[in-house]
Amino acid sequence: MCLGVPMKIIQKKDNETAVVDMGKSKLEICTALTPEAKEGDYVIVHAGFSISILSEKEAEFLLESIRREVQINE
Amino acid sequence: MSNLSYIKNLTKLGPEEIQVIVQKIHDLAKDGEYVIMEFCGTHTREISRYGIRSILPKNLELKSGPGCPVCVTADEDIDYLIGIAEKYDLGVITFGDLVNVPGSNGSLNHLRAKGKEVKVVYSPLESIRIALQNPQKNYVMVGIGFETTVPSLAYTIKKIVELGVENLFYLSLHKLTPPAMKALLDAGEIKLDGIIGPGHVSTIVGIKRWQEYLKNYKIPFVIMGFEPEDVLYGIYFLMKKIKNGEYGVFSTYTRSVSSEGNVFAQNLVDEVFDVSDSVWRGLGVIPKSGLELKPKYSHLDARKKFALDEPVKVRKTACRCGEVLRGVLKPYECPLFAKVCTPTNPKGPCMVSSEGTCAAYYLYENS
Repeated sequence: MCLGVPMKIIQKKDNETAVVDMGKSKLEICTALTPEAKEGDYVIVHAGFSISILSEKEAEFLLESIRREVQINE
Repeated sequence: MSNLSYIKNLTKLGPEEIQVIVQKIHDLAKDGEYVIMEFCGTHTREISRYGIRSILPKNLELKSGPGCPVCVTADEDIDYLIGIAEKYDLGVITFGDLVNVPGSNGSLNHLRAKGKEVKVVYSPLESIRIALQNPQKNYVMVGIGFETTVPSLAYTIKKIVELGVENLFYLSLHKLTPPAMKALLDAGEIKLDGIIGPGHVSTIVGIKRWQEYLKNYKIPFVIMGFEPEDVLYGIYFLMKKIKNGEYGVFSTYTRSVSSEGNVFAQNLVDEVFDVSDSVWRGLGVIPKSGLELKPKYSHLDARKKFALDEPVKVRKTACRCGEVLRGVLKPYECPLFAKVCTPTNPKGPCMVSSEGTCAAYYLYENS
């Protein structure tokens, strides 16, 4: 039940409502739990609410860390 | 770039890199027997769905924990819900996972077959629309879920009050995960070398909450994401901690999980709920592991508004979900598994939810 899906905010309708891109369709979500979320952000959507804003920097840092480790220790 | 391919690029590793990671896990595990537990039901499902267990060493066992909210809901709570819906002709509004969970006298699906109204929603905010469209009928919204889900329901409860909705009540069946993790470790029924921490619960509660609960345990706890690459790298990371004798709370899901968590969501939950004791299937009563509405919202509390004539009497069955939830029993060791208990005819909740351990094994590992 804790399934959360990463989606991109493509339109902020008001302070607490946004439209996200689900790939082939769109979904209206409540952004009240992530008040700082803005258009273009990637958020984790759970039960119709965004619960976090994904950090692109952290994602890239993790990938770099993995790649570095895989190479160094080979 | 589309949404999904962008996300894939953030997590994607090449096949060669994946093979190196898998080999490293094999190397780390080659001289012993290791048991790690994934707490979260979404991890359980993804590990089965992606066949991760099949590429890990045989001496590295992945056990599933009590991380499926529907599965840990006690029989008496299901019986109470069905009992009040029948007695008071309440419409039931719930997330889909709960509909097929069998109680002593059937499930919500059976209730629906008797002509009662059972509505499944994706967002809890839909409950307000349903109640406002049918002002002559009373509804009960079932509050089920861990810390991931609770903030959305706290927000909904505040909206119910703000909008003055008078025919919508709330049954809190929420559970808190850190006290359950601690209870499982304290019970000492199973030996664990490491734990896969839940990614989305931790997104809300933050790394610090786990550190508070696990400070006296010498076990590594690694919070991971849910992509197959996340899980494989996370297991490798966890195995390194185990082999180095390091313990504490770590995270490889830093793109979503921070040290403090979602403080805004935590404050919202604190505004609406008080912590209470709660009954978990398989684990019994765990102190301070549930949530009840604060006195300010008690007029919405279904338990205060709707009483049954007699306390519910739970009927015992041969279902062994309780032991599966504690990691003591594997799904296929239950005599009902895949014989009389299947996803289309579940005898227990672990076979109902797609994140239930029995359902995950049945669908993806039933060979």
